[in-house]
Order: sequence, then structure tokens, then C-alpha cells
Amino acid sequence: MSYVPDNLSYTASHEWLEKIADGRYRVGITEFAQEQLGDIVFVELPENNEAYAQEDECGVVESVKTASDLYAPLGGTVVEINDALEDNPELINDSPYDNGWIFVIELDDEADLDSLLSAEDYRNSIEDED
Amino acid sequence: MPFIPHTDDDIKAMLDTIGVANIDELFDEIPKNLWSSKLDQLDDGLPEMAVIKKVSALAKKDGTPACYAGAGAYEHHIPAAVWQVATRGEFYTSYTPYQAEVSQGTLQVIYEYQSMIAHMTGLDVSNASMYDGASALAEAILMAVRANRKSKSKTILVPKTVNPVYLQVVKNIVTNQEIELISIDFNTETGCIDPQTLKQYEGQDITALVIPQPNYFGLYEDVHSLTDWAHAQNAMAIGVVNPISLALLTAPGQWGHKGVDICCGEGQSMGVPLSSGGPYYGFLTCKQQFVRQMPGRIVGMTTDLDDNPGFALTYQAREQHIRRAKATSNICTNQGLMVTASTIYMALLGSNGLRNVAAHCINNTATLKDKLANIKGLNILFKDSGFHEFVIQVERPADDIIADMATKGYVAGVNISDDYPELGQCILLCVTETKTDEDLDEFASALAECL
Repeated sequence: MSYVPDNLSYTASHEWLEKIADGRYRVGITEFAQEQLGDIVFVELPENNEAYAQEDECGVVESVKTASDLYAPLGGTVVEINDALEDNPELINDSPYDNGWIFVIELDDEADLDSLLSAEDYRNSIEDED
Repeated sequence: MPFIPHTDDDIKAMLDTIGVANIDELFDEIPKNLWSSKLDQLDDGLPEMAVIKKVSALAKKDGTPACYAGAGAYEHHIPAAVWQVATRGEFYTSYTPYQAEVSQGTLQVIYEYQSMIAHMTGLDVSNASMYDGASALAEAILMAVRANRKSKSKTILVPKTVNPVYLQVVKNIVTNQEIELISIDFNTETGCIDPQTLKQYEGQDITALVIPQPNYFGLYEDVHSLTDWAHAQNAMAIGVVNPISLALLTAPGQWGHKGVDICCGEGQSMGVPLSSGGPYYGFLTCKQQFVRQMPGRIVGMTTDLDDNPGFALTYQAREQHIRRAKATSNICTNQGLMVTASTIYMALLGSNGLRNVAAHCINNTATLKDKLANIKGLNILFKDSGFHEFVIQVERPADDIIADMATKGYVAGVNISDDYPELGQCILLCVTETKTDEDLDEFASALAECL
């Protein structure tokens, strides 16, 4: 069973969100997602300062066997991107919840967060997929 | 079930099942003017000997006219060894085989091809080829729209000095993808893009600028300033080039301060016969940073577990079998056989041989231009001499002159009057290394009689 930290929020498309300030959330993909993808060789990051609606494609995570789109978990504006992934995309494999974060989003409405999955919900959803 | 053509009863049963009155109705979305007429001059069944007789007689009607037409497809000498080698059983296939890595020879040929084309265009990466030059330009434009993430407008500047046929294909492929093509006028004195014309687009969101070299009239554009202009606008620079000319001209990767981002063109001139218009192949190269937006297949070099060198398909995550609808294209290695011939052609000639071919083309173009200069009834447009081609303005309808020349055994250029009404009655003439000085004299006298 993949590690799913209790303190994060999740999407069905395997992104996680961690609160870092009021309205600001760090986003990455889950340990389960990186395991499914395999060795990650390239990350196309979202554009900094770009506004995205919920579920907009905002990037691509490419592994040796597939390429998977990255979705904006909620509506908001990207305010920071993890440049380190450009040269070291494997950070997502090594440290999906920490050094492998992908971007920081400032949410349009923090109340939207209620629509996301809890750690418990997400665990159940990936158990079904396994 | 044995393979037997459908009987009328079978066909009727199938049509009844789906509620269609006749077979033509299945194709009714094709405009009627595009339907070919019935082949009513062919007999239903003939023995092989009779077919050969009939077809040979038909072929004879074409004759063997001397070719002075170019406009995107060029007559060059193809050494006999090229197709002797290309048609060997080991090479004689078009696609990459399934389980491509088993066919190391095929992959190596493509890898060698990619290396040569990347080198000639001065860029980092080449794909395994495209359908033809026109569709390669369309793919280059789609690629620029994906790669230039700073630009939101999907606006492409395309000079009128780009081959008009390419422009038609590009329009077909890209306009339904919300891409706007803006046509750029040329200077009717020089036949080239006037960098001043671009001033009006400064400060606007431009995704890419297409730069032809040589241009449709055979003339050399100011590629360095055009490339730099594009980059100053945060637009990508796309070069459309004639590969033979690259043996002598500056490689697109060295245009301006940073070089073009994407380069494409028609590969036919290197080892592929004219064959009434195809099959040809297109080439596409780019800077390393854009490789993930490149359509088509790419062969890479690698080592196996025992450290032996080998070849493998690479960057496959861009391809249709992995990314489905999000793939960069559905283009595979369709034109592999043409690419094989081209690779052999390039290897056989080497860089010195290619330079010789290019130099002869340039010399012959200038020579023919001189020989025509004092003929009454024609006016040579544009002062500079270029590569392969130049434009003559004539007093009679261009089609009539071309028809009269045909009776004398010449394909005397391409009538471009409809594409460039601002130039009047015009013919685009082409001469390559295949013509001797005597040939050119004879052509000049024949033309003088037909004006």
C-alpha cells in the first residue's frame, strides 16, 4: 500500500495539496501515481502566474513508459514552480511529497478545498485501482 | 470464408441492412467536383501481354521532354547505385517494422539519415521523416504552437514567397485548429520579404515566423535579420529550405544570432525521382529543447546490457500508441523507403559531391538567366540571381507559351500568374545540374520562337 499522508488533500487524478499559507497550496503527485508511472524522465511545468480552472491541463509528467497530464486540482493561479524538476525530474520518484513538489497554487476560493478527497477517501480510491 | 468479390446480391443485402440506396450514397460527403470520372477506356479484363502493349503505348505519349520546371520538385541526377542499393530486400520496406528494435539495420539507416539532416540544417535533432515538404511545414507550425508557450495568440506569419502549394496544405491542416495564418507581402522589386513590412507586427503576440530559403522565386531572403526579428518578438523562427542548397548556404541553425528553432523542407531532390509528384518525403529538425514537441518517430543510439552499441526508438512518449489523443502527431515512418534512398544519395555524394551539385545549379541558373536576358518578348523579374529558379514575365498568356514549348519537347516552367496576379503573366523557370550549356542555348532559342 502506497504512503498517503493524513494531513494532505487529494484529487481523483492523483494530485496532492498541502497548505503552506492562507489560500496557498503546494501541489504534487502522490506516491501511488509515481509508482504507476515508473521512472520519470521529464516534467513539463505549468506557467508561472498563469490562471487555471479546476481540471485544466497544466503540465505533463513523462516517464519511460508513458506521459501523463497534470491537472489543476482547483481553480487558481500558479505562483511558484519547482524549477529543480527541469534537471532532476526523478525527484518526483524519490520524494513525491517533499522535494518532488511541482507547483504552488493560489486558490480562487479556499472553500473549494472541501470538494477534494481526504487521505482516507484517497486510500480507498487507490485500493480500488490496485 | 474464401476471398471472393461481392456479388450484386451481397452488395444489395449489405446496403439494405444499413438502409442506403446505393454505394455512391456512402461517399456523398465528398463534393461532386472531386469525384474521378469512370475509367471507361479500360477493358474489364485483358491478358498481361495486351495490358503491357496498351500501357506502353500510353506511356509513349508522354515523350521524354526536357524539364525546366521546379516549383518544389526538382530534377537531379540520381546515381544508379542509389536505387540499386535501396531496392535490396533488406531495405525494401517503407515503415519501421513492428518490434522495431529487431530490425537494427532499418533503425541504423534512419539514425544515419537523422544525423545527416540534422548536420545539414545545423540543428540538434531530426525525426525519421514526414510525408512531404508541405505537410512538414504544417507540422512545424503545429509544433511551434505547442512549443511557444509564452504566445497565446496561435498567430503565424507566412510570407507570400513560401511555395503557394505548401500554403494550401498548411491552410488545410492548421486552420481548423484555431491557428491564424497572416500572409506577408514581398517587395515586388526584389522578390523578397522586406523586413520593413514586419514592423507593423512588432509588439504583437506572434507565435512564429516562417522563413523560406531560397524562396519560391529562387531568391535568397535576408534570413539573418528575419530570424533575429522573430526572436526579438518572442516568436519562433521556422526555416523552410531546399536541402541541396544547404551544401553551400548558411545552415538554418546558424541564421541570425540564435538560429532557427525548427527547420523543414522537401527531401525529394536528394535521390528521389520526380515520378509525377510522389512519393516524396519531408524532413523536420529542431533545437534539442523542443524535441518533446516534435512529431513523428525518432531513432536514438544506445548500448545493450553487454555494452554493444545499438539503435532504439526514443522519445516514444510523444507518439500515438502511448499518448493517444495527446500525441504530437499520427505520423510514423511512412516514407522510409524514400529516406533510405536519400541517405544512400547523401552518403554516396558526400559533402563535396553535394557542394558540386549545388554549385552547378547556381551556375546554370545564372547562365540561363543571362541567355534569356536579351530575348524580346520576355522580361526577367527581380535583379538578383538565385538557386534553381527565376521568374520571367511574358506578353502572351503563360499557359499558351508553355503549351507551345511542350510541342518542342520542353516542360517550360510553371505558370504562377494565378498565384501572383500582381506580377502579370509569369512563368517560374528552373534549371538544375542536369543541363549542359548547349541544352541551355537550345532552350533559349526554342523559347524565343514561342513568345
